[in-house]
Amino acid sequence: MTAALETDTALGKPIRRKEDAHLLHGQTNWTDNIQLPGTVHMAILRSPMAHAKITKLDVSGALKQPGVVAAYGAKELGDLNGGVPCVWPVTDDIKMPAFPALAIDKVRQVGDCVAVVLATSVAAAVDALDSIVVSYDQLPAVTDMEAALESGSALVHDEIETNACYVYKMPCGDYEASRAKADVVVARRFINQRLIPTFMEPRSVVAAPMGMSDEITIWSSTQIPHVLRVLLALVTGIPENNLRVVAPDVGGGFGGKLQCYREEILVTNLAKKLGRPVKWTETRSENMVATHHGRDQIQDIEIAATKDGKILGLKVTLLANMGAYLQIITPGVPLLGMFMYPAIYKMDSYDFTCTGVFTNKTPTDAYRGAGRPESTYAIERIVDELAAEIGMEPMELRKKNWIKHEEFPFTTVAGLTYDTGNYEAATEKALAMFDYDGLRAEQAQRRAAGDPVQLGIGISTFTEMCGLAPSRTLGALKYVAGGWEHCTVRALPTGKIEVVTGTSPHGQGHETAWSQIASSILGVPVEDIEVIHSDTGRAPYGMDTYGSRSLAVGGQAIKAASERLVEKARVIAAHQLECSASDLEFVNGSFQVKGDPSKSQALGAVAFEAFTAHNLPPGVEPTLQAEATIDPEDFSYPHGTHLAALEVDTETGQVKLRKYVCVDDVGMQVNPMIVEGQVHGGVAQGIAQALFEGAEYDDDGNLLTASLADYLIPSAADLPSFETGSTVTPSTTHPLGTKGVGEAGAIASTPAIINGIVDALRHLGVTDVAMPASPQTVWRTIQAAKGGAK
Amino acid sequence: MIPVEFDYVKVTSIEQALAALKSGGEDSKIISGGQSLLPVLRLRMAEPSVLVDCGGIDEMLGVRDDGDSITIGAATTHHGVMSNPLVQKHALLLAQATATVADPAIRHRGTTGGALAHADPAGDIPAAALALDTSFVIAGPGGRRTVAAKDFFLDYFTTAVGPDEILVSFSIPKCDWGSNYSKFNRTAQAWAIVGVAAVVNVQGGVIKEARIGLTNMAPTAVRASTVEAALVGAASPADITAAAMHAADGTRATSDLHAKADYREHLARVITARAVRAASGI
Repeated sequence: MTAALETDTALGKPIRRKEDAHLLHGQTNWTDNIQLPGTVHMAILRSPMAHAKITKLDVSGALKQPGVVAAYGAKELGDLNGGVPCVWPVTDDIKMPAFPALAIDKVRQVGDCVAVVLATSVAAAVDALDSIVVSYDQLPAVTDMEAALESGSALVHDEIETNACYVYKMPCGDYEASRAKADVVVARRFINQRLIPTFMEPRSVVAAPMGMSDEITIWSSTQIPHVLRVLLALVTGIPENNLRVVAPDVGGGFGGKLQCYREEILVTNLAKKLGRPVKWTETRSENMVATHHGRDQIQDIEIAATKDGKILGLKVTLLANMGAYLQIITPGVPLLGMFMYPAIYKMDSYDFTCTGVFTNKTPTDAYRGAGRPESTYAIERIVDELAAEIGMEPMELRKKNWIKHEEFPFTTVAGLTYDTGNYEAATEKALAMFDYDGLRAEQAQRRAAGDPVQLGIGISTFTEMCGLAPSRTLGALKYVAGGWEHCTVRALPTGKIEVVTGTSPHGQGHETAWSQIASSILGVPVEDIEVIHSDTGRAPYGMDTYGSRSLAVGGQAIKAASERLVEKARVIAAHQLECSASDLEFVNGSFQVKGDPSKSQALGAVAFEAFTAHNLPPGVEPTLQAEATIDPEDFSYPHGTHLAALEVDTETGQVKLRKYVCVDDVGMQVNPMIVEGQVHGGVAQGIAQALFEGAEYDDDGNLLTASLADYLIPSAADLPSFETGSTVTPSTTHPLGTKGVGEAGAIASTPAIINGIVDALRHLGVTDVAMPASPQTVWRTIQAAKGGAK
Repeated sequence: MIPVEFDYVKVTSIEQALAALKSGGEDSKIISGGQSLLPVLRLRMAEPSVLVDCGGIDEMLGVRDDGDSITIGAATTHHGVMSNPLVQKHALLLAQATATVADPAIRHRGTTGGALAHADPAGDIPAAALALDTSFVIAGPGGRRTVAAKDFFLDYFTTAVGPDEILVSFSIPKCDWGSNYSKFNRTAQAWAIVGVAAVVNVQGGVIKEARIGLTNMAPTAVRASTVEAALVGAASPADITAAAMHAADGTRATSDLHAKADYREHLARVITARAVRAASGI
């Protein structure tokens, strides 16, 4: 089976991305490039403290500075200090404290917005911040989740009288019964550390009243222009019909731009109040504290099994760090992982409990994978530990417990129905590419020789849930929105095609992939198709881009709308060709009378007829366009086998990744080159969590990794060339057979790395290593296992 | 972030530069490549009133052969230094250390003299300069003076170059010993957790003399003099490892996010042995 959809159309071809020429030639239109006459620039005074009372705030000094137009604290802002929304109240009794854009009386995280200055230049605005008088009375910072839940702890929000945001339970089967039956129970605590979504383009937002109309246009570096429009309307009270949100070129997001940020609210409200364009672009220093963070869970996981390796049950108890406030889906992120702890494994029972905890840190929210990297990490780590405990080869243990390809569709203990999968095929291919047996032999040799450099092999056989989401499922989970996607396809009078999509790309390559889908149905060359997106004025309906949903959901809408357009065109063509519609076949973009190819009409000609409307059949309206709004039948479940070979220098603790092989099954592939690019980026990001990245705070709640000098992001120089492969097991719930790929790599790779490090060192007594596995951490882990220095 | 407002003066001679520094007073600051200074300004950790750009002074650019030594203009870029044939032939260690500085974009703008005058304890160049017995030519209101490497680095980000002075050039005695700069860091672009600069004179398989500079083991780069003494006569890997056990002696390692002091000291011992073995071929 090939990786591509087998057709003679553009579908499934690794064609080069249409969007790259303008990206590579510096012709991008970032939000910060937008220069509107009369713009005032906003600068933000941010809290230097994690938790403090604001005892004095006087912005009047800033007003006297050159170029300053206005300055506001919460008091001056009054009704325009709209609250940052959370759309996922996961339980009936969840605590949802207010989150004003500018802090009122109290700051609760380093980076909290205290006051803003608006001036005619960025420099003037930043300089004037020094003229604001502010005093704080420092309060004890809540930084440790377990301590936060103890009685007597300082409170992040006094009014809710607890730091527990919610407790969510999902008992599936009888775990205690499984545990009682088990020969072996292995328990571990894993720390899934806090990460900072460090997209290349910092956030930026411009809002401008559009002259004679009441419209305010907002340009924002966001993943979610459509959702943002709704939320800004609700928060600001500006009628939704007067708001237009545009996401121009957006330089990465990874979930970090899946948000309705306080700065977006402030800029919108102040543009309306001042009657002129307002602009704000975050600095990298602001980005580190003010863009939401990801992960940050303490995972207590327990697995019960028989001594010959049959998994019986799983118990997961999470503490999930909300940070200081709830943002768009902060409470829900752990629940996206909740369903996936059982992963690819069959078991009788599964018990899940998650407690959301407020702390005086930056709020957390979606970050590439959102909940599923955490669950995948924990299950793939504990399976390795179980294998070690019972003395079984870790891949053999997996094979013994995974869902076999003939057992699909399979309903998991967590209640999801995986439509398809073939873990055997992906694993077999990955093992062959990896030289698994050869590397195991080298590992044995190095161990026997006492080589200071030990070799480890890390395995991750993952699956994930993507394509957010069937709306009814979201409703059942109390998520306050649907998961559908929209597309309008238009044939213009000259035969060119517009594909209007509700997805909002920020690096993914939708313009190319969506053109390929439409081209394959309409028979129009890819280059004659324009994909219109990310602008509520031009593409009014959509649910945007996150959760590996754009192809999995949006792709269905493109297919359906394109097919509907062909059907409308068929009626017009039949009228023109004086035959019945059923006598026409649509071949390579042209309607042909069956049996008489000389009688034909191209789609472009039909479009022109629909435009002039001189001779349309009775009852057919002019213009040639069709739309589709599709709610997905189910999630999709990509899977794969990732294998890492890494060398651990036991003298220094440094880990060198030598080889990385992954075989991903993302179903049918619209563009294999884009798929490969997504896998590469995701794998790198997951490796970064394992080895390099981690947001660290001190006990006072100060972010220590507040710049890219301390928050380490790997570059190509730090990673090997990945060897990627794929198997194709089409999704049966998706008309194109596709799944999702945006998050797969980031979900899969983290446990492969840590499993590899532990595998390299297990003979020394090492049973776990904390993330990020920095040289110091690995070295100290080895010393501790030896009984030496801690 | 945006720096506070400052004046900018581009000069074309040392005399002009000294005059500009004098008129700017204590708040003036020299800039050439700007790769260390600009981030500091953008974070508003320094607020100079005037920047004196010395990047266009001919005397401060390029490498020349002075017979027994080579002289490198302080405003020569890292790339210019590491790719220079005289440096590669007579001061290979400097080329090796320079090649580990940050990334190519920074090496094409940042200057080696600037890195020496900046004196970041985690910077790679000072340790190499120490091991190579570099001497420094400093111009000031009272004329020029030459300072030996051991007297150049005074404290954190502090050198013998006074606020009204300029580092014009630095000279390295020609050295054909085996050399190695081993930088231990977490990502390719990161600063050194520990760095070891080694030049070793090996005769007949035996180390006759070695000079070792350590990066990030004290407020300034330092020589590992106990190791140097212990290496004399070393002829085997075991000898080198034993000598390298003294690498942390007399150092003042600090603790930060990436390494606590005890780990840094451990690394100094391990990396010193590796650097000496690579430099000596033993």
